Amino acid sequence: MKPDVLRVRGLQVYYHTPLGAVKAAEDISFSLKAEERLGLVGESGSGKSTLALAILRMIKPPGRIEAGEVWLDGQNVMTLSEEEMRQVRLARIAMIPQGSMNSLNPVMRIQAQIADALRDHGVRMTKRQVEERVRDLLQSVGLKPEVATMFPHELSGGMKQRACIAIAISLRPKVIIADEPTSALDVVVQKQVMETLARVQRALGASVILVGHDMGLVAQFVDRLGVMYAGKLVEVSPVRDVFTKPLHPYTTLLIATLPSLEQKGTFAGIPGLPPLLRDLPPGCAFHPRCPYAVDRCRTEVPHLMEGRPDSWAACHLLS
Amino acid sequence: MRADYLAKRFGVFLLILWLAATLNFFLPRLSGMDPVRQKLLAQAQLGGYVQTGIEAMVKEYDHRFGLDKPLWRQYLTYLHDVARLDFNYSIANYPRRVNEIIAEAIPWTVSLLGITTLLSFSIGTILGALLAWPRAPRWMRYLMPPLWALHAIPFFLVGLILMYLVSFQVRWFPMFGGYSAGAFPALTLEFVGDVIAHSILPAMSIVLAATGGWALAMRGMMVTTQGEDYVIFAEAKGLKSLTIFLRYCIRNAILPQTTALALALGQIFSGAVLVEVIFGYPGIGTVLFLAIRENDHFLIQGIVFTVILALGLATLILDAIYPLLDPRITYRRA
Amino acid sequence: MGEGTTPPGPIPEAARPGKPAAALRYVRRNPSLVVGILLLLTLVLFVGIGHFVVDTSKSRPLSAPVLQPPSPEYPFGTDRQGRDLLAVMVAGTPLTLRIGFIAGLLGVGVGSILAFVSAYYRGAVDTVIRGIADIGLTVPGLLVLIIIAVSIKEGLTVDQMAIIVASLAWLNPTRTIRAQVLSLRERGYVEVARLSGMSGPEIIVKELMPNLLPYLAATLVNAVSNAILASIGLEVLGLGPIESPTLGMTLYWVNYNAALINGWWWWWTAPIVIILIVFLGLFFLTVGLDEIANPRLRRTV
Repeated sequence: MKPDVLRVRGLQVYYHTPLGAVKAAEDISFSLKAEERLGLVGESGSGKSTLALAILRMIKPPGRIEAGEVWLDGQNVMTLSEEEMRQVRLARIAMIPQGSMNSLNPVMRIQAQIADALRDHGVRMTKRQVEERVRDLLQSVGLKPEVATMFPHELSGGMKQRACIAIAISLRPKVIIADEPTSALDVVVQKQVMETLARVQRALGASVILVGHDMGLVAQFVDRLGVMYAGKLVEVSPVRDVFTKPLHPYTTLLIATLPSLEQKGTFAGIPGLPPLLRDLPPGCAFHPRCPYAVDRCRTEVPHLMEGRPDSWAACHLLS
Repeated sequence: MRADYLAKRFGVFLLILWLAATLNFFLPRLSGMDPVRQKLLAQAQLGGYVQTGIEAMVKEYDHRFGLDKPLWRQYLTYLHDVARLDFNYSIANYPRRVNEIIAEAIPWTVSLLGITTLLSFSIGTILGALLAWPRAPRWMRYLMPPLWALHAIPFFLVGLILMYLVSFQVRWFPMFGGYSAGAFPALTLEFVGDVIAHSILPAMSIVLAATGGWALAMRGMMVTTQGEDYVIFAEAKGLKSLTIFLRYCIRNAILPQTTALALALGQIFSGAVLVEVIFGYPGIGTVLFLAIRENDHFLIQGIVFTVILALGLATLILDAIYPLLDPRITYRRA
Repeated sequence: MGEGTTPPGPIPEAARPGKPAAALRYVRRNPSLVVGILLLLTLVLFVGIGHFVVDTSKSRPLSAPVLQPPSPEYPFGTDRQGRDLLAVMVAGTPLTLRIGFIAGLLGVGVGSILAFVSAYYRGAVDTVIRGIADIGLTVPGLLVLIIIAVSIKEGLTVDQMAIIVASLAWLNPTRTIRAQVLSLRERGYVEVARLSGMSGPEIIVKELMPNLLPYLAATLVNAVSNAILASIGLEVLGLGPIESPTLGMTLYWVNYNAALINGWWWWWTAPIVIILIVFLGLFFLTVGLDEIANPRLRRTV
């Protein structure tokens, strides 16, 4: 049994707006084992990206981490000082940003953007050593050495993402959080980027949290899958089980909406709308749309329970 | 690629110059003004000349100034002269030529504008950047309202207020002119000191009024930049706060700030003209003011054209520098 | 990264705070708007009440003994040509403001039309309009105005000044409004409108305009401010309507008579204070309107 590399307990993030508190993440708890790939899926506004930022303590006002612990190698990251947290970022927990066009500094060459991370983390190297290191990193993500002296606007979307991956692995982190890394890329490039990510993860022996809204894409990559709804983690199970034996009604309905290549039929959706995070219904957040809701669901908030060994869901129907 | 971009800008520059010259030429003529005749008539009234001689005199001056030739020929001669930067005689200060008068005034204006723009832009930009940095000392926040207020007030108004407070009440600095009356222009330390003393108030008016604008603009750009994806990723990379501030925020925010400088040159100059007039500072502004008073059309036209030329050149230079700052521009036509 | 925050939806009626409380909260969030309105209101009151209380014919020369310091009979004093300065201020302020408004309105009016046409139809039309606006902006406006003003034979009236200033006032609004329209044009609802068969002008009027209204208002106030500045500039240089008691002309006479050196402080204090209020008021108003047009969810300072 591999040890836990990351343990999140009771993470709670609220955004305080003039109209009320937006509960972006409520009581999130999960564990990440060494060399494990965990996926987190959910609709827009379900709290996935907030979670990624929260683990890195990068939530900005008016958002605030209200409560929770994030244990990394036996240390609660939430209690670290600003400077210590800065050292943790990239060196121990690295983030790969969303696949948008803009995560690289437009006025700096790729080499400089890899080198400054190394430098600010105290890595002392000669100019030649840095160049060599950059070249190796670029090679490990499948980019030619010429890319080092280029500017971001000279690279394609896929190349930019792979450059970001190169930056993310430059200090050999234990945990990589990939926040929708392929969201703005086309399908062929998506595959390339995901393959690159898989390769470097294996080489590093790192663990990955892959955040996304495309269930099919995420499922192909991960070992375990977590489903988020309205800021809560409603199910966490091995990926096969999520699709074949889902525990939570939301997961069941989600899978039913996925179009299949084999069967023909009409598109199905989940009736109703996700609730405003500012104005959540009492009890279970899903109960207004849940076909199996009972009275208890309207009043009592369900917590994650082990429905099967290693399969957790937050639903009263389990007890 | 870069040559292509510059060539286009230079072409536009020449177009502007031609337009300015043509406007200069046709506008007075459209309204039927004849500056020479007017001036002579005015002189005649002052001196009590006999009216009969006037027509002959006008004819002679017309010939001298080339005003008796057909319009298209005058236009071509005019363009030819302008191209050589020859703006004819000054009507009010005949027989001095316009060029001479402008050449005397230019060093004053260039030094005043150059130094004040440099100062206000640098100080303003740095101030603006600091105001946007969460780590900046708290007391800096209180600089905002006075900077805002000063930014709203036109240069010359600040000048007038300063003049009263500093010059009249307290008599720290001289109020008027470029140097003390009767002082002989020479490169002695005394004269230079005198000049500087006289420049302080005009310079301060411009700097005080302009810095606020640059600070506000830079602060705005910084706030926008700080929300960009690459700054968020920079933080996720665990970069030091200073590194992010300098290499990711300022380095990017300075780009639109420089563009704003190029666009603001015209406004800065307009403001400076009024400041010069108020302080009697012997630069282009005062010369223009006097020329307007004397209805000296040739001088006015010469000044307007020279200014457009100078500002156009300055803009062109800034345009040429911009690709050095922003790598995206150089390779646009790749 | 907007994940985790839902945009605020409609507030249920029961939860809406009372009107005065909401108003006070808005004042705290947007103080500039209130300050601006207050300043301008002060001016309006001054002029309004002034017209009833003061004899504006005294703003003409030789209406009063020359160079009197402020006294109960002449609260703002008199100038060298025997004008009652209080009357001058009461009569002249609305003249200056009028030039600003006419020029500003014309400028923004023409500017918006050109901006909409240019941004919506794009292509050659856009290039030409944008080219002219850009060229016009690199040349210092004051100089062009000087050339125009100097070329006109007779003395200027206030309205003629307004038109001259307006001739350049459309340049900046065209550029800024065009930029806004361009950014709005890319938004989804315009595409939807077009696909559902709305015609070009229809889209401009029904979809784009309502969203641009606060921005147009801010641009208008800005244009008025610039127009007033330009007109005062021309007047101080001596190119204004010589007979009129406008604020700029008063400053011209102040300069002409070296009032500063001679110590006739009351002569220039009044116009300076009023001009200050005008510009500060317009400035804060612009900032306040800008805040409405681009609300910042976070207050950084």
